[in-house]
Amino acid sequence: MSDQSSTGKKVIPIVTAAPEIAVPVSPTGAMIRTLGLVSAICGLIIVGAYQGTYDAVAANKRIATERAVFKVLPKAKSIEEFVAQAGGGIARVGAGDTAIPPGGVKFFAAYDEAGKLAGIAAEGVGKGYADNVRIMFGYQPDCQCVVGIGVVAMRETPGIGDKIITDKDFLANFTALDVKLKADLSALANEVKAVKHGTKTGAWQIDAIAGATITSRAVGKAINDSAQALLPRLVPKLDTLAKKS
Amino acid sequence: MNTAQYKTWDEFMEGVWRQNPVFVMVLGMCPTLAVTVSAINAISMGVATLFVLVCSCGLVSLMRKLTPKEVRIAVYIVIIATFVTAVDYAIQAISLALYDALGAFIQLIVVNCIILGRAEAHAAKNPPIPAMVNAAGMGVGFTIGLLALGVVREILGAGTLFGVSLFGAGFQPWVIMVLPPGGFFVLGAWLLLFAWWARRRAGLPAKEATQHV
Amino acid sequence: MTQPLIEIRSAPHVQSAKTVETIMRNVVYSLLPICAFYVFQYGISALASIAVVTGACLLTERFFVRTGTQAGRLSDYSAVITGLLLALTLPPGFPLWMGAVAGIVAIALGKALFGGIGFNVFNPALVGRAFVQAAFPTAIATYTPSFLPGRFTEFIPSTLAWPLMIPADATAWLKAKNLDALAGATPLAKWKFDGVIANADELLTSLSGHMAVGPSPLLILLCGAYLASRRYMDWRIPLAVLGSAALTAWLLFAFDPARYPNPFFMLFSGGLILGAVYMATDMATSPVTPKGMWVYGALIGLLTVVIRYYSGLPEGVMYAILIANAASPLIEKITQPVPFGRGVLDRVKKRATYPLNPGYISREEASAVTPKKRFLPNKPKK
Repeated sequence: MSDQSSTGKKVIPIVTAAPEIAVPVSPTGAMIRTLGLVSAICGLIIVGAYQGTYDAVAANKRIATERAVFKVLPKAKSIEEFVAQAGGGIARVGAGDTAIPPGGVKFFAAYDEAGKLAGIAAEGVGKGYADNVRIMFGYQPDCQCVVGIGVVAMRETPGIGDKIITDKDFLANFTALDVKLKADLSALANEVKAVKHGTKTGAWQIDAIAGATITSRAVGKAINDSAQALLPRLVPKLDTLAKKS
Repeated sequence: MNTAQYKTWDEFMEGVWRQNPVFVMVLGMCPTLAVTVSAINAISMGVATLFVLVCSCGLVSLMRKLTPKEVRIAVYIVIIATFVTAVDYAIQAISLALYDALGAFIQLIVVNCIILGRAEAHAAKNPPIPAMVNAAGMGVGFTIGLLALGVVREILGAGTLFGVSLFGAGFQPWVIMVLPPGGFFVLGAWLLLFAWWARRRAGLPAKEATQHV
Repeated sequence: MTQPLIEIRSAPHVQSAKTVETIMRNVVYSLLPICAFYVFQYGISALASIAVVTGACLLTERFFVRTGTQAGRLSDYSAVITGLLLALTLPPGFPLWMGAVAGIVAIALGKALFGGIGFNVFNPALVGRAFVQAAFPTAIATYTPSFLPGRFTEFIPSTLAWPLMIPADATAWLKAKNLDALAGATPLAKWKFDGVIANADELLTSLSGHMAVGPSPLLILLCGAYLASRRYMDWRIPLAVLGSAALTAWLLFAFDPARYPNPFFMLFSGGLILGAVYMATDMATSPVTPKGMWVYGALIGLLTVVIRYYSGLPEGVMYAILIANAASPLIEKITQPVPFGRGVLDRVKKRATYPLNPGYISREEASAVTPKKRFLPNKPKK
């Protein structure tokens, strides 16, 4: 113990002789040279990989989005990406342009072969049983209703929560789910909501899957939130989207 | 087989078998448990790791004489991260579905201790060819380990193997197998099997555990 | 092979008339009436389920005892208890192959891996059930009503599912019997998802209707009372579990009667009684200190009610007991009884008398309770 040695015995100072020879220090220049060399090589490799895969990645992303939209709007043949801005305007977004202005809601306008508007697709998020459930839904301006949904990402319990993509009775809710706006176009006339299995009364309600109520509710909330944010801005400007630009 | 060939082969098999990263060293457990829900995911993850392992060990070995020891870890990490980024792009280009399934675990290859361990323990002290052979052995061993888990979990969890249905439409999936606990159970079972087999091969009696203290 | 000189076996080593075998055998006897009534309720499907699950447990036990990876003997009846309890917690129409999986997992994962009887941390039967609950969530939630006509001649269709295959849907089968598809829901599921609270007499015996209750709670209480009176089971744990569950449920019920069901329903629905009497009292997985037993039981009761009310699952007894199992070493540690003569504040009483010769305390122990040691770091001597 140090305190004992300090009180009792005479302290013998340790002679600090020449530093031990075991570890020679590398010159700083060598370190900088090596790090620079490694960074240069690695930079080259990364740039090469990025350039080499850029087209394929972009094509893959476009195909994935198109597939998701075509699933909810079967008549669609091509899509264009738009953002409904917070102020009320609608702006076109280029492919791969991921930055969205604050308050903006991204949506896709889908066109059929003749270039006529086949429907609008948008994403929505709701809190599910395990994690957020992200869905894509198709909106039909003619009937002002949701005509199909697809799941973008979810981590619900296999066999229970993930029935939302397989259960026929549940999917039947989305052949014509009513999302009409109020007369002044400020919000939805009726809030979209998942109700307990077997108690559906209105066209704006979703008949939940028995045993997967939480996931069903997440889908309802996802559609409702997204539609509440998007439709009041979108509906007045629908004319500008009627034809493919 | 002459001695040189034999040595190379031995170097390779070291990682595949005697020092298998999954079953013997129990390294790199995060991806092992997380992505082995299906056999195809397991193979993709294994191959991605194999690629990063071989390339980074090769480069580390090439640079070994130029690398001062003070900055060696920084050099290794930069090199590994580079190849992981390249693999990340490559997988996105091949299939977005696969990219989504593997999730963050592609990027997390950077911190996979098998790779840093190989770079530090082997590649930094050996010429490029043996270093890459050794790394390839480790990578193959890792892939085999992942595949062993992936096959069991996919068969029980979905009734399929590489997406091909094995039992027909009426199969009852074991939900637990695609959940995290399933990964632990299957890994435990494989480790048990390996330990038992290794004991048997070494000629040790399987009975021993029943002693009370 | 030479005969071993010392027989190696698990505790207790005390020589008395009460051995592990006697206790276990008596528990099995007390379970038999419950099983018999359960078979009377659900017919041959229940019988087949009990037989297959218990058989799977026994075979797995035999395998691990034979390979020497687990202590204990097959004849100590503990695997039979695991099998019977596991079968009683599964739905009567549970597919037999899934029952076999549950039995194998219960013994292999719940018991053999830890070293056999007395070493397991978790109740083996509940480990098996937790596994199949996670693996087959649909099948384990599919109950069928009790006292169906023709239950002794006809299997519930889901029972006879092929191994690895999805069991047949019970809805069509129930419809053919002119029963509502929802008749098969357990009282807890009905309360959780439909807000219907079952009557008391239905819960207790289910004699009046086709209620899908599990084994009869009244009978379990009776058999438990027999075990407790013969001192094969400690009465504190079931009392603590039921008491704390009733208290929690009553507090919530008093707080908002419209939202929470009455405590009676909480106590007698689901597997709470079975869990309290037979599962929580498992000797290897519950604390041995009397105070610890109260804490442990109270924890189970509280957790059960909390899980039932606030989670997505209708039933919470299984997880409550498993969590309390995991906590029981800790509970034991903090509820160590104070040695006689030693004050609460770790101080040795000057004139403490020991029941025996004080010399029975070894030197180490004697110095361990000396308070001097506590002040040593602050005040070095000399």
